[in-house]
Amino acid sequence: MAVVSAAEVRGLVREFSGRRVLDGLDLTVDAGEFVALLGRSGSGKSTLLRVLAGLDVPDGGSVSVPGSVAVAFQEPRLLPWRSVRDNVALGLRTDADVDHVLGEVGLTERAGAWPLTLSGGEAQRASLARALVREPGLLLLDEPFGALDALTRIAMHDLVLGLWERHLPGILLVTHDVDEAIALADRVLVLDEGRIVADHAPGPRPRTDVGALRATVLSELGVVDGAA
Amino acid sequence: MSTTLPDAPARAVEKPAPPRRREPSKAWQRWISPIAILVIWQVASSTGLLAEDELASPLRVVQAAWDVTVSGELPEGLLVSLGRVIVGFALGALLGVVLGVWSGLSRWGGLIIDPPVQMLRTLPHLALVPLFILWFGVQETPKILLVALGVLFPIYLNVHAGVRGVDPKLLEMAQVSGYDRREVLRHVVIPGALPSALTGLRLSLGIAWLSLVVAETVSADSGLGYLIMDAREFLRTDVIVVGLVVYALLGLGTDALVRRIEKRALRWRS
Repeated sequence: MAVVSAAEVRGLVREFSGRRVLDGLDLTVDAGEFVALLGRSGSGKSTLLRVLAGLDVPDGGSVSVPGSVAVAFQEPRLLPWRSVRDNVALGLRTDADVDHVLGEVGLTERAGAWPLTLSGGEAQRASLARALVREPGLLLLDEPFGALDALTRIAMHDLVLGLWERHLPGILLVTHDVDEAIALADRVLVLDEGRIVADHAPGPRPRTDVGALRATVLSELGVVDGAA
Repeated sequence: MSTTLPDAPARAVEKPAPPRRREPSKAWQRWISPIAILVIWQVASSTGLLAEDELASPLRVVQAAWDVTVSGELPEGLLVSLGRVIVGFALGALLGVVLGVWSGLSRWGGLIIDPPVQMLRTLPHLALVPLFILWFGVQETPKILLVALGVLFPIYLNVHAGVRGVDPKLLEMAQVSGYDRREVLRHVVIPGALPSALTGLRLSLGIAWLSLVVAETVSADSGLGYLIMDAREFLRTDVIVVGLVVYALLGLGTDALVRRIEKRALRWRS
């Protein structure tokens, strides 16, 4: 294949005091592909993301990611003593257009604000802008909408989809929200006991009739009564 | 795009405490008892209840303040004392910051520096005066070093704690965002340690003045302490009180200065 992938993981092993959190995991994210990774707590999804981000070192297997990997964490992790604009711009090695990206996430007005004065959604948008401005080949999203209220979360979903379509990074979204995964991603993966156990393609967007897929994924996640 | 939806007020970052409620403008009420004490003191002195050679009357103190100011004794002594505090403070603060950052950042720095400093800090530094006089005589050096030593510990301890207390999540963010070492230090570690370091600054300034008073009282041929000790020789309680008031004002002044620095350096909190 001619396409260079955004992430190529083969036989990844990571142990914590003898317990195998990742157990020979294989994963491919194609360039420009939006992949969602579902898993119960303790299934190893955060560990996988940390390895891909370079924050953790695997015990075995091979990991290949592009030179530019960016992360948006669950908490926005903004420096409270730097303005929103500085938070996005700091550490940049390229002369990227910071103000343009701030405009894309709708934060032009708040560029000079202190992070502590932002709402939860604004802070998360600043965090997204900080990741996007690095023009990443792989964008890792670690449950970035988990702490937001339902309305803000829906707005963020639309925003992320729009940004993805324009910048087209490979995205790995780690979440435990099945509906979110199905609504956003090209592929929905289920991680269990350190391996990928299911790989679904929800089909063309927008998705309306996803009830069957939802039930399947829920049962794969060990939720017996998935009708809720 | 639907980013115009209202954002939730929920936030992941801790919100600072709301500003304290303003007292109604009856500040003058707080002056009633201090003024009453002054009046009683003056009356006690005027009626001879309080002997002049034990404690001069407030009016005598004001007169003495004027006298020593006009004669140049007070301004001269003040300058000398201020110089000692500034030099000693600069010395101690510089060393404290360097050691604190170093021991906070590096494992080996922490292992080498922290244990001896933690042991020495239990020693009241003012008790070192006899040794300092033996080592450095009675000139400027022991006074400046005593101030420096007093300043060193609170600055070191708070800088060290501040650096160690920097949010590891922010350090991770800096790592994945591609900050180099200098940027991590400048944008994450130092600002993160600043609130704690400023607490150390305020503590250390109080100790700096205290150390100076002790050093100057033990031995001095110039400075505020000398002014006071010289006045004692002549039972000039009025001049002694002037010296005490000036010490108090200097402490008050430096405290106000730190408050302003804090307000400016930590303005992102509001």
